[in-house]
Amino acid sequence: MSGDTIDWITVLIAVFGGAIRVGTPFLFVSLGECLTEKSGRINLGLEGNLIMGAMAGYGVAWISGSPWLGVLAAGATGVLLGFVHALLCQQPRVNDIAVGIALMILGTGLAFFLGKPLIQPSAPHLPALHLGDWSDNPALRAALEINVLFIVGVILAPAMAWFFRSTRWGLAIRTVGESDDAARAMGLHVNGVRMLATMAGGFLAGVGGAFLSLYYPGGWSEGLSSGQGLMAVALVIFARWDPVRCLYASLLFGGAGALGPSLQSVGVTWGYYLFNAAPYVLTLALMIAASSTRVRSGMPGSLAAR
Amino acid sequence: MSTPHALALQAINVSKRFGALQALDQVSLKLRQGSIHALLGENGAGKSTLVKCIVGFYTPDDGEVLLGERQQAIGNPRDAHELGIGMVYQHFTLIPNMSVLENLVLARPHLPAVIDWKKERQAIAERMQSMPFQLPLDASVNHLAAGEKQKLEIVKQLLLGVKVLILDEPTSVLTPDEADEVLGRIREMTRAAGLSVLIITHKFREVMTYADDVTVLRRGKFAGSAEVAGVDIRQLAEMMVGSEFSQTALARAAVAEQPLKLGIDALSVADDSGMSAVHALSLQVKAGEIVGIAGVSGNGQRELVEALAGQRPPSGGTIRVMGETYSGRRRELLRHGFHCLPEEPLRNASVPRMSVAENLAFRHYDQRPFSLYGLLRRSRMAAAAVQAIADFKVRPPLPNAPIGDLSGGNVQRAILARELGEQPNVLVVANPCFGLDFTAVTEIHARIMAARNAGAAVLLVSEDLDEILELADRIHVMSGGRLVYETTPAAADPIVMGRHMAGHGETAHAD
Repeated sequence: MSGDTIDWITVLIAVFGGAIRVGTPFLFVSLGECLTEKSGRINLGLEGNLIMGAMAGYGVAWISGSPWLGVLAAGATGVLLGFVHALLCQQPRVNDIAVGIALMILGTGLAFFLGKPLIQPSAPHLPALHLGDWSDNPALRAALEINVLFIVGVILAPAMAWFFRSTRWGLAIRTVGESDDAARAMGLHVNGVRMLATMAGGFLAGVGGAFLSLYYPGGWSEGLSSGQGLMAVALVIFARWDPVRCLYASLLFGGAGALGPSLQSVGVTWGYYLFNAAPYVLTLALMIAASSTRVRSGMPGSLAAR
Repeated sequence: MSTPHALALQAINVSKRFGALQALDQVSLKLRQGSIHALLGENGAGKSTLVKCIVGFYTPDDGEVLLGERQQAIGNPRDAHELGIGMVYQHFTLIPNMSVLENLVLARPHLPAVIDWKKERQAIAERMQSMPFQLPLDASVNHLAAGEKQKLEIVKQLLLGVKVLILDEPTSVLTPDEADEVLGRIREMTRAAGLSVLIITHKFREVMTYADDVTVLRRGKFAGSAEVAGVDIRQLAEMMVGSEFSQTALARAAVAEQPLKLGIDALSVADDSGMSAVHALSLQVKAGEIVGIAGVSGNGQRELVEALAGQRPPSGGTIRVMGETYSGRRRELLRHGFHCLPEEPLRNASVPRMSVAENLAFRHYDQRPFSLYGLLRRSRMAAAAVQAIADFKVRPPLPNAPIGDLSGGNVQRAILARELGEQPNVLVVANPCFGLDFTAVTEIHARIMAARNAGAAVLLVSEDLDEILELADRIHVMSGGRLVYETTPAAADPIVMGRHMAGHGETAHAD
């Protein structure tokens, strides 16, 4: 009986640690998607950004020896893909969803192609803060090993909310996202604002990719991403286009993703694949919930007007 | 009052051509300082083009715009703003997901990089005191009623300190009461603050009551200009439509037998979000009468018409046509001669990419002669379409063109040809003349009246009070999903009706 209790606490701690570890890439991609969607465009290509970012980040970190240069490189590839997305979408009668899917496939394929030589070498990992050293519980210590990028993300989420609320640039992005006409009447350059927002969003998604290859699960392989870039789209809807809620939603998705491994670590072996499917089940459930009109209330007008 | 002859703004011989269309031909206009100047004309007369040339949205091909006495190059709406010219467009340029405060701050030309909301709120709250309308600063714009949005648009311009305010059909979404309030306050501002206002409208009543001067355009040309005190409605109407104008009162024939044809009993309908939009509504329409339903849009009219057209399942109550339960199925439509002319026919009553001929054949495509042994006979459809196009003057007269390529008025005519090409038994019509010009409106009204005189039961749902007063035999006012008031055209008082439309004067929040 008492053994059972300890096991469940371990599972909870592991899910908590996993929520942070698995949730960080969700956080960056969803913040990137949130930024892009606030400007009135959906970029489904962020999955491609994520994988390209993972590959480029790993490659640059390996060559330069600095994981932070890797993160920057990952962001830069994201900016580039974001630029291509925005450039294609601003052509007349081009659909952003279709462009996004094309770029997702392009990014993934390109990353696999360019990343072939990166499967063997080992690049330096990103540093983590050991916040659990006071405890002698190994599970807790492992869970409290918090990556620096996560901290950055935790600061970034409210900062982005403030940016949308209280800066000229943030208001410009929201205006463009709400109504082309209103933005033009204000003299805003609609395509320009969207391009910058898509590029910045691409940067964040790229950084999310660097986390995958440079921290957790670490290393470069073709199975590195399991669709986080796509699920982030659902996550942004769930978060009602609010960066701070993106943070909570990422942790929720991360926790769901960590459920399978955590249960396995305490010896629950049945249903491993079933529990691993938790994030996807969650995505489906959220998409169904999101079709209710109440949830759509925060939706940028340009997206709602489709 | 400021000197009556000082000019705030002047357009001289302005011309603008779009491709083959001469939208404006040598049009001049003089706006006196501290006055309201109405710009009157049919749809497509060039009113919007003229003001868009004034605010720099378009560059005129010829002619000039003088501000005060000086010629000004106005290259874009921003220049116009700098010069103190503000325009309120017909389509709101507000941002729905933002608050009133955010919308007002956003409108400012030079925003600081970081916005101090506390300071902005204080400044705007202070200046709001001197505004003609008070608005809740923290309300989200999408929770405002149409009238409040219109007021917000105007306040937005006034806070920017404009000296010349241009309003494009500002009262089209307002109840008569609200329209009077808005125009009355604006008139006060012109007297007190020296504001000069140019207002685009097609409502004679507003011109006569509020404007000082009026300029009339007809087919892109200057048709006349006058002080309102010196003209009457008939003269204005003549200027507007030229010599063709002849107001033939619609012949209302008495119909002897008036059996009940359409009976609605305790009908409830939910809107898209599942909220009840029509609450237990009961209504009867007899043969040979037009029952008008007046009301401001968003009070359940759309859901009611959709339920009658079979596009939206009712959540309660019954609809009976010719005494039989009716659920909007195709078979019932055909058997009972039930015809429906919904608003926005391009969206609600046609398939835009299919041809005019195909759209015209929707009612009978699967019957002879359009269909034989399950095969469509396109030549028959085309032949019938050619006839219908000629009868209803659809332009261009091309049966094989996609209906979506036609102009709004011609789509309306084509759908009218389909629904009124044969005598309807029951006819449901919603806003049939929205956005159409004077000539088309007259024609459509005549056809609806003809259907009534031939014994059809007609339900007319319209936001245009004048239209209802002209056509209906009985009038209901719809507000908040209920019929709240009944009257007849002879006894109707527009102000009383307006109060009922607005839910007894309370501001109805369309949430």
